[in-house]
Amino acid sequence: MNPARITGALRSPVTFSVLAGVVIGALFLVGTGADPITAYEAVLTGALGADGIGSTLTTTTSVLGMGLALAIPLRARLINLGGDGQMVLGGITAAVTGLYAPLPAPLTVVLALVAGMVAGAAYAALAALCENHLGVPLLVSSLLLSYPAVSLASYLARYPLKEPGSSLPQTRAIPDGVALPAFGDSTVTVGLVLVALAAAAYWFTDRRTAIGYEIRMTGLNARFSAYAGVERRGLTLKLMSVSGALAGLVGAIGVLSFPYRFVDGSLTAPGYTWTGLTAALLAMAAPVGTVISSFFFAVLQVGGLAMERTTEVPRELTQVLQAIVIVFLAARLRFPGRRLNRRKEAV
Amino acid sequence: MFLDSDLLLSALRALTPILLAALGGAICERAGVFNIGLEGMMLMGCFTAVATSWFTGSAWLGVLAAALAAGAYSLILAVGAVTLRGDAVVLGVAMNLLAVGLTGFLLRTVFGVQGTFDDPSLAGLPLVGGFTPLTYLSWAAVAVAAVLLSRHVWGLRLRGVGEAPDAAATLGVSPVKYKYGAILTSGVLCGLAGAQLALGNVTLFTENMTAGRGWIAVVAVMLGRAAPVGVLLAALLFGLAEAAGFRLQGLGLPQQATDAAPYVVTLGALFLTTARRRRRIRPSGAAS
Repeated sequence: MNPARITGALRSPVTFSVLAGVVIGALFLVGTGADPITAYEAVLTGALGADGIGSTLTTTTSVLGMGLALAIPLRARLINLGGDGQMVLGGITAAVTGLYAPLPAPLTVVLALVAGMVAGAAYAALAALCENHLGVPLLVSSLLLSYPAVSLASYLARYPLKEPGSSLPQTRAIPDGVALPAFGDSTVTVGLVLVALAAAAYWFTDRRTAIGYEIRMTGLNARFSAYAGVERRGLTLKLMSVSGALAGLVGAIGVLSFPYRFVDGSLTAPGYTWTGLTAALLAMAAPVGTVISSFFFAVLQVGGLAMERTTEVPRELTQVLQAIVIVFLAARLRFPGRRLNRRKEAV
Repeated sequence: MFLDSDLLLSALRALTPILLAALGGAICERAGVFNIGLEGMMLMGCFTAVATSWFTGSAWLGVLAAALAAGAYSLILAVGAVTLRGDAVVLGVAMNLLAVGLTGFLLRTVFGVQGTFDDPSLAGLPLVGGFTPLTYLSWAAVAVAAVLLSRHVWGLRLRGVGEAPDAAATLGVSPVKYKYGAILTSGVLCGLAGAQLALGNVTLFTENMTAGRGWIAVVAVMLGRAAPVGVLLAALLFGLAEAAGFRLQGLGLPQQATDAAPYVVTLGALFLTTARRRRRIRPSGAAS
């Protein structure tokens, strides 16, 4: 990288937004009487230390999965707000497959993953069809469809599929062996590898294929790309299907790793969908950027817990920090001094 | 009987917060600002109303503070989208997220509880004829907004700014001023909606207690074609769905079915109305 690119990156809205978030977060910490340095140190050591790294990588699996799910349509400037519904449907479908498929365990795992992806994809495609053929904006159709899906999964986990005798709203545990292999005795599973492969596939498609070019072109200028022959409705349907499939995959991975069952609320409560959306927005949907920002937010989420333990500052602060980053980014603020620079170049 | 006056009463109670927020959304839509931050503004209103009512002992100060706080919060959208020309959709999403985080954070630092703050001595709004005064205010607001938008010079200028900002600017009408006015009004209305939700419909604060009502308000704006009376009818549909849901729950249907009812009804209503006029609605949810 040449120096101009580096100074450009430093002055970019992304750097500005992240720094602004960190500074405002520090003000919040001072306001609650905590020492910002200690608190941020606790975030980093809590998330990246020996005790926390496993948890961070497990969280990364979900956040990156949802980040990719939301980044892929966002690349064409489509916003899928129904990630929760698609993820939960993927999870409950994987749980049902895991419980009832009469196949050997390894095949059941594969089938459960595929079934979860298909369920998420089909549900997301429904939102795309609403926009394409019924004129309901995708933003609204995907979000409104999400609530009934979450309710349905919650109903299934509380009534027909409920574990007999348990006081918790959860299904029975899937049979032994029907689980994603974990690395050592950590909670990190092959799911992380699957999500990483998805990221690699997205990078390749985005950089090296015709459809990736069409997607980026649509994102930059939808009218121009329509004029150039990109079929918008088909593209919306494809992008939403892929997005839903990834969200379903995240749900299925959640069920096929600890606690090996579908627990009502366990997929939606950590807010993976919204963290994923934040990560995708921060990276402006670029593949490598989404990976980096997803990891960054996973660190914040896990480190937030450690911060709460050491400084007694509520971990909700990390959520505030995330949102502030996006507020600044959306307002397109950047470091001053750009104009000065340009004038120098002109001379 | 299933359809009786009780059902209508509970529908009207469920209607008020959505109507107030949707009116704000409609005013923004007319001024050419796509406001999807209603949910977050409403949530800020809920928290401010409960906190102020708790510390001052007056529900009315709570209402006032909620309106002011949500109005101030809406400045994020005004500055970001109008002055800095940022993306209104992304700003709205971020504002909703920020409100959830901020209210959750404040709930724990100010009240020291997690999840729900609920106290018998928390002062709620008084009931006048079965409704809170804010309910009557919301009906009055529909009438005022309808007259202002269609008959008053402010309304004409506001619509002009929304439809043709350049032409409005040429005629000496400042688009920036009118857009700021519309966004601040929506913020104040959302604050009142939040106060109604947290001090009227119930008397407590729960994390994320708006539970999608701001989004329903966004849909009500579309369904009602951003006209105050249309928005009232659309919001009434949602109120009826919510009230009917509660009634069905009493008849033994699981809670999940009734939770989902308003969204399914709203979506169904959207299908029915937009199928006929889909060319007139913005073609995508993506930002412009």
